[in-house]
This record gives sequence, structure tokens and C-alpha cells, in this order.
Amino acid sequence: MAQYASILFSMILVNNFVLVKFLGICPFLGVSKKFDSAVGMGFAVTLVMVLAIAVTWPIQQLLDAWGLEYLQTIAFILVIATLVQLLEMAMKRYLPPLHASLGVFLPLITTNCAVLGVTILTIDEGYTYPQALVAGLGAGLGFLLAMVIFSGVRRRVEEAEPPEVFQGMPITLISAAITAMSFMGFSGVIDHLFGA
Amino acid sequence: MAEKTAAPASESTLAQTFSKGLLEENPSLRQMLGLCPTLAVTTAVTNGLGMGMATTFVLVCSGMVVSLLRKVIPSSVRIPSFITIIASFVTLVMMLVKAYLPALDEALGIYLPLIVVNCIVLGRAEMFASKHGPVEAAADGLGMGLGFTISLTLMSAVREILGAGTFLGVRVLPPFIEPMIIMVMPAGGFAVLGVLIAASVWIEEHPRHKTRYVRKKVGPSASLCAACPINCGIGDPTDEACAKDEFVEMLEAAVTAARREKEEREGDA
Repeated sequence: MAQYASILFSMILVNNFVLVKFLGICPFLGVSKKFDSAVGMGFAVTLVMVLAIAVTWPIQQLLDAWGLEYLQTIAFILVIATLVQLLEMAMKRYLPPLHASLGVFLPLITTNCAVLGVTILTIDEGYTYPQALVAGLGAGLGFLLAMVIFSGVRRRVEEAEPPEVFQGMPITLISAAITAMSFMGFSGVIDHLFGA
Repeated sequence: MAEKTAAPASESTLAQTFSKGLLEENPSLRQMLGLCPTLAVTTAVTNGLGMGMATTFVLVCSGMVVSLLRKVIPSSVRIPSFITIIASFVTLVMMLVKAYLPALDEALGIYLPLIVVNCIVLGRAEMFASKHGPVEAAADGLGMGLGFTISLTLMSAVREILGAGTFLGVRVLPPFIEPMIIMVMPAGGFAVLGVLIAASVWIEEHPRHKTRYVRKKVGPSASLCAACPINCGIGDPTDEACAKDEFVEMLEAAVTAARREKEEREGDA
């Protein structure tokens, strides 16, 4: 149990996908302007990450068994693209309220490097199936946390008046740097808590 | 900037297609595409350069193939087809890097396969290669790839010199300067990219600085009055009257007028 908690929290805090591993920067900078859309995007990514790992992990076992490891990238990206499409269709058909809140984000997720990144990362780390799923959940929640925190930071930044050349993206990136700095404080916390 | 001014605007379109990616439409500094690798791998110059070259290879090859197949691929399935083509070339690059540059493979790690989801590659395939011939697509891919490589190299040079005190692994900072570890940490990546983007905006707007009143600082400087837009007649910026409310009001009025004029000009154009 401690081992799963360790994976979960290290994915959320220490190895935060956005602020430490730099995965999923495009949605992080693009969708974090409003709190609501940041939360929506965060949950959509979490859902897709867990589902993607649930599908790609067994596929990797097949690829390993058949000696086709080099097809990993092609197989994973196509599986994720298909999965996102199917998920959107299913959601539209059976869960219209959820589709209304999360659906718009789904097409954006297909080429989100965080999703492909987490599937490859869990394979590289050699996680077992349940460990990989927990890692996916942690990565998604970490993404959500970063999005929510940053959408708050950004609201303040929007009201400030930086020098002209820094307006827009540069000041956003610099506030992201400061947010990332705050996450540096978490390194080491997990080792102490769970003795991993 | 240098190559842009050197080449006249009426040059052949191929040269333009190639050069626009270098600064004007630079992927990571201008279009804000492919920021993940820009931030993640630029802790050392070799990594930035390697990543840039790998991405350039994928851009050129996938651009050419997409362009050759653009009449064969039905538009409803074009995105999955493009992704498959791109993923094939990425796999090729991964194999080459693993075979010949194992150290680079180690350093780039997960970010090498992630070229597949780099928005620049799919973006160029969708926006350019699928609408132009193979030669133009290759030129466009090469230009975008080189622009990406340049910004990655620049970024990693700043981070490596400041963060580790080395350039390409050779020590360049004198030993009494302590390297700033923060620069090679994630936070430094965001900050350096932010400053670089601001710098590129500044460079682009530079020639216009001279004509802008808003940017002139108010302070005791003899040359200031010559540049000052307000004909106040004091003639001496160190004069106390210069800092009086009237002066400030006049200055603000002039600035507002200048702004309005600029907006009107832009509105006309």
C-alpha cells in the first residue's frame, strides 16, 4: 500500500508532469487562463491518462512477446488517438452532461505529450499493471493541480502591468518559473514519508 | 535579422519558405509550438543541438512524404495518416540515435519518442506540407527545423553557461563564479524561455523605439529635451518645473495623443 501511495504522491508532487518534467506545456499555457477550463482540462487529461495506460500496458506486453518493441511509438500514439475518439463518441452518446463539461477538451488531448509521455514512462520504469495505473492517476492529478494553481497565479498576472516586451507569454513563463520553484520544495518529501 | 535584410523581399519563394522559420515564424520563440522539448532537454548544448537536429530530420522527411501523398490521402483520415508517417520517422530517428549516439539517447530519454506529439511537426504537415509540393515542403521543414534548432541551442547555451559554468562541456566561467544551479532546474527553463521570448520581441521592435514617445524616460538628461515631444519651453530637464504637475499632465496628454494617432494609423492600415 505504501508503495502505491509513494508512486501516487511522487507523481503528483515531486515529478509533477508539467512543472518538473515539462510534459503537457501547451495545454498548461493555453487553457490555464480560466479556472473552469483549467479544471475541465485537468480532469479530462487524468481520465485519458488512466485509460491510455490501461490499454497500452497490455499492448506493450504483446509487443515484447512478439519482439516488436520498436513499434512502441507508432502503436501507442495510434491507440491513444483512437481511444480519445472513442471516448468522445461514447461520452456524447451516454453521458451528455459530462461531455458538455469535458468533451471540448478531448480532441486537444490526442497530441498532448503528457499522455504519450506517461504511457512510455510507466513502461520505462518497469511498473506492474496496478502500479502503472496508479502512476497514471498521479500524473493526471499532478497535471490538474498545476493547472489549478497556475490559473490562480495567472489571474493576478493578467491584472499586473509588466514592461511592454514582457507582456503576454514572457511574463506568463516567468510566473510559471516561480510556480515551478515552489514545487522544487517537494523533492525529498516523499522519500522521507514513505522511506522509498 | 542579418540574413533577412540581406535577401531582398522579391527573392524566389523557395528561399522565403526556407527563411521564414528562422526568426519571423520561429517555432518556439514566435509560434510557441513545441515548448515541451524546448524546456525539457535544454540543460546542455549537446542535448539541445541533438534534439533540434532529430526534430529537423523528422520535419523534412515527414514533410516530403506527406506532400507526396497529399493527393492520395482522403481528407477525413489525414490526421491519423500524418501521425503514422511522423511516428515512422521518429522511430527511425530513435533507432539511429540509439545505434550511433547512445549518450544522446540516454540524455534525451523519453523526449525522443515524444517528437511524435511535437505540435510543430504535425502543424507543418497539416498547414504546409499537405498543400504544397515536396521540394517546398522540404524547404519549409528545413527552415522550421533549423529555427527550432537555433532557439534550442541558444536556450541551452544560456542555461549551460549560467547553470553549470560550461559550454559544450568545456568550462568557460572563471572558478570564482559559482554556477547557478537553478538555471538547469525546471524553474530556470521557464525563466530563460520567458526572457528569450521577451528579448526576441524587443529585437523585432527595436527600430521603432526611436519614434516612440512612450518609451522615453523622464529624468535629468540634457539630450532629453531634444527628444521630448512637448514643446514646453523650459529647455532644461533638471529644472524643477520639469517635474511639476503641469508638465506631467502635458506629457500624459502628448502620450495619449500619440497613442491615439498610432491606433488611427493602424486602423487605417
